Amino acid sequence: MTEPMFRTPMSRVRGLGAARSGTSHFWHQRVTSVAGVLLTVALIVIVISLLGRSHAAVVQILGSPLIAILMLLFIINTAYHMWLGMQEIILDYVHEDKWKFLALMSNTFFVSVVGLASAFAILKLSFGV
Amino acid sequence: MAELEARTGMGAKRARPISPHLQIYRPMLTMMMSIVHRITGAALYFGMLLIAWWLIAAATGPNAYATVEWFMGSIVGQLILFGYTWALLHHMLGGIRHLVWDTLHGFDPADREWMTVATLVGSIALTLALWVVGYLAMGGPR
Repeated sequence: MTEPMFRTPMSRVRGLGAARSGTSHFWHQRVTSVAGVLLTVALIVIVISLLGRSHAAVVQILGSPLIAILMLLFIINTAYHMWLGMQEIILDYVHEDKWKFLALMSNTFFVSVVGLASAFAILKLSFGV
Repeated sequence: MAELEARTGMGAKRARPISPHLQIYRPMLTMMMSIVHRITGAALYFGMLLIAWWLIAAATGPNAYATVEWFMGSIVGQLILFGYTWALLHHMLGGIRHLVWDTLHGFDPADREWMTVATLVGSIALTLALWVVGYLAMGGPR
């Protein structure tokens, strides 16, 4: 080691401990799963109420504030939940760095695109044009 | 120091015992449901494409929406939707089971077994019930 002699043992280990974020992945997965149960029930009710309706009626219902807010919450919550979940699956099965980072990055891209596209569609239905 | 190394294996490369993995266990219902929970999660991940497609089509216009309606109404579309419904409900019920376990309840053999059966039976029953409701909402038998 080329470390200077005057460094104290404390200064060498500082910053090398746990990041204090060990349970945040687990916790965020739980928070989004509790929200997900409620929002999934909302989604099911909304989808069933839209079955068989004309495009104009679907646009009007999906664009109404209460429904649009519920749909946006469902999309945002689900996007984060599925990003966390897929990350866990990737880390469990993909061990080679090259493929692991490619998969993790693809996960982020996929969730970003699907989530943003869905959210944009709801906003457009809501604000019109 | 040598004793510490011998005890912890630090500093020396040696063959470590490998933990038993899936193929060594007798398949059990809780284990199968754990695997199914992950598979349904991954399926729903890609299933979000359907929801995105549906919403974007609705925002695009009547023609795009008609295309989605045509696909969802086809045999393939109906099968996918039926599978999606079951995967969603099974993942939701399995998730609720996990939330119960998170509170340190339901770990007894009897408890975890009935909760697992309830997840499976519940998801199938709810899927069928929802499709009956959906069928009636579409106008029922005509």
